[in-house]
Amino acid sequence: MAIEKKKSFKPRTARVLAIVFLFIGILLGFFNVPSYFDRFLAWSGIRDLTGFTFQQSLLHFPFRLGLDIQGGTHLVYQADVNNISTSEQGSSMEAVRDVIERRVNLFGVAEPLVQVERGGAEWRLIVELAGIKDINAAIRLIGETPYLEFKEARPDAERDQILERQKEGKMLNEDPYFLATELTGRHLKKTELSFNNQTYQPEITLELTDEGKVLFAELTKKNIGKPLAIYLDGAPISAPVVREEITGGKAQITGDFTPKSAKELVGRLNAGALPVPIKLIAQQSVEASLGKESLERSLSAGIIGFILVAAFMIFWYRLPGLIAILALLLYTAIVLAIFKLIPVTLTAAGIAGFILSIGMAVDANVLIFERLKEELRQDKGLQDSLEEGFRRAWTSIRDSNISSLITSAILYWFGTSVIKGFALTLGIGILISMFSAIWVTRTLLIAVLTKRAQNWKFVFFSGFSK
Amino acid sequence: MNIIGHKYIFLAISGILILGSFLALAFWGLKPAIDFTGGSLLEVEFSGNRPSIESVKSKLEPFDLGNIIIQPVEKKGMILRFKHIDEALYQLIITALGEQEASGKQPESGIRNPETVITKRFDSIGPTIGRELSRRALAALVLASVGIILYLAWAFRNVSKPVSSWKYGVIAVVVAFLHDVLIPVGIFAALGNFRNVEVDALFITALLTILGFSVHDTIVVFDRIRENLRILKGSEPFAMTVEKSVKSTLVRSVNTSLTVLFVILAIFFSGGETVHYFSLALALGVVFGTYSSIFIASPLLVIWNDWTKSK
Repeated sequence: MAIEKKKSFKPRTARVLAIVFLFIGILLGFFNVPSYFDRFLAWSGIRDLTGFTFQQSLLHFPFRLGLDIQGGTHLVYQADVNNISTSEQGSSMEAVRDVIERRVNLFGVAEPLVQVERGGAEWRLIVELAGIKDINAAIRLIGETPYLEFKEARPDAERDQILERQKEGKMLNEDPYFLATELTGRHLKKTELSFNNQTYQPEITLELTDEGKVLFAELTKKNIGKPLAIYLDGAPISAPVVREEITGGKAQITGDFTPKSAKELVGRLNAGALPVPIKLIAQQSVEASLGKESLERSLSAGIIGFILVAAFMIFWYRLPGLIAILALLLYTAIVLAIFKLIPVTLTAAGIAGFILSIGMAVDANVLIFERLKEELRQDKGLQDSLEEGFRRAWTSIRDSNISSLITSAILYWFGTSVIKGFALTLGIGILISMFSAIWVTRTLLIAVLTKRAQNWKFVFFSGFSK
Repeated sequence: MNIIGHKYIFLAISGILILGSFLALAFWGLKPAIDFTGGSLLEVEFSGNRPSIESVKSKLEPFDLGNIIIQPVEKKGMILRFKHIDEALYQLIITALGEQEASGKQPESGIRNPETVITKRFDSIGPTIGRELSRRALAALVLASVGIILYLAWAFRNVSKPVSSWKYGVIAVVVAFLHDVLIPVGIFAALGNFRNVEVDALFITALLTILGFSVHDTIVVFDRIRENLRILKGSEPFAMTVEKSVKSTLVRSVNTSLTVLFVILAIFFSGGETVHYFSLALALGVVFGTYSSIFIASPLLVIWNDWTKSK
């Protein structure tokens, strides 16, 4: 393996770079916790002069918090696509997504997520509603989304056969009277409410799309003299007998409606009838206060963890330890800024992954410093020992981090949203730590190494040197 | 301390632990959480007095929820586990729980205040999703190990004397699996049996993280062996090189594990309920991972080398 001798830069360059790092760290700190910056602006009087606050500026990116932290609900629906040809399943699911999105928007949830997911032959719809108070109402409203179908009468022979079997207690799920057709709520363009001139009964007019128009014409032509049933959510609401072929693409429902229920139905149909039926197969809901608690706990775990690591590093490695902790602070600032910019959704597990990466980030430093001590024991000069320590530790830092990255990548692929969060934060952490632990620490160490420091070798040894 | 010289003692200790874990798995097995089996988890908080577990159980009887496991949390909370249900049934259950004290026994204060029940958390997962997750978890474990073996074989490709490069990868991964992953799994089987601790998707995540960490730890030792082999060019017995390498990386192994353990313990003690057992699994993995990279992986390398030579 080719070992390149890295050229070290001069202490002066290193000092300039060190100051640059310090500034970047402070800037990122403000970026991460803008409220402190605003407090500073208010205190210094700049806010009164310019009216500028960081949190209202374009530079303000909030952290994106996961459902388990801000409270909310994660719903998984399974779509029943049995009646749709394989080639059209994708577009039908997109239609479902649009409809659900419109419904979800009615609750005024900030950034709702509605996503189509395909698992093998199954189509699923993932709905995530963050920070909503009445989760149950939301689920009810999504679940109640009407599913509209047009059905034609079964041939008599088939009907009798099914009725016969049903007497024996078989085929109970089969509707003996009507057969599903291709025409469904997917072909609905507009719904209108009107009242019959003579009976004053409410009537619902369904206007069909162009494709629906053709299907409806075929269907009515085929079924002249026979009933054509309109089903809502699997229940028949009206079954008028077809008198003639209808080519205008308009159908009327005169069911057993009160004016109020008719109006509601029209509203729901206009918001969108679902082209395929969906069923809730999984839900995970967290109440906001529980989420807040787990955020507070995660944060305190992070702070305690950081303090413990810092205390240990400074106790054991003295000056280099202190510098490693400065690099770790910069590391924390960079990673948090990346979380804001991408943005990474922070879940309790994700924060745990980040905290874990704080512990792992100093590993590279531990490796380097142990090497450094070995070199120093051989009575090499500080400068040389430093270069050697960094150079020799590199291969093991590289190999060990790559194996951790492999696991993060696989976890990300394997993951449900909880695990994805963990894998992503851990992976980002590992990547950034390679930069901060090696490059930043090295620069800072060179920056503080003056000629005089040669006499202070003791600050480079551990509390318990052998 | 002579690590390679006493290798059989360390191997015996680990052997006993591994055997114990196998037995724990065989007899008790792991308790899968609803992530894998499907089912419901409902965490509620009662604003007034928390009703007794018995009264909640009898209240829920008419709903046919299968086996209900109830566990009190803190002062006013309660976690209930039962089979997968739909939204409508869930609403009925919440209403029923709210009626608990109002219609139940004599209220203590004499005021008939209906209890309000607040849902803190409700997860209900259908069986298909659970099965899918189990499949994916297995695939992830297999893929991760294959990926790591391949990478290690490649990274150690130039070191083929006296031990061929792929053996480093195999030892690192096999030790990580059979030792650092299996022992925590065995401990969780025992915890599941005695303390009803369940393993969920996060537990699998912890196992994969342990796998990564443990291999990471072993690599550092192997890397030193690789370097010393290059410097010494076979001028001393392989066992001696290994011994030297393990000793010079000992402080590093312990220190790294300590810093990682510090943060894991912080998560364990104050990270909250969701990551409590997750961090315990991680902590166990780190402890055993460090132990194995010092006392197991390198001795095995020597044993394998001796064995190939004697053939």
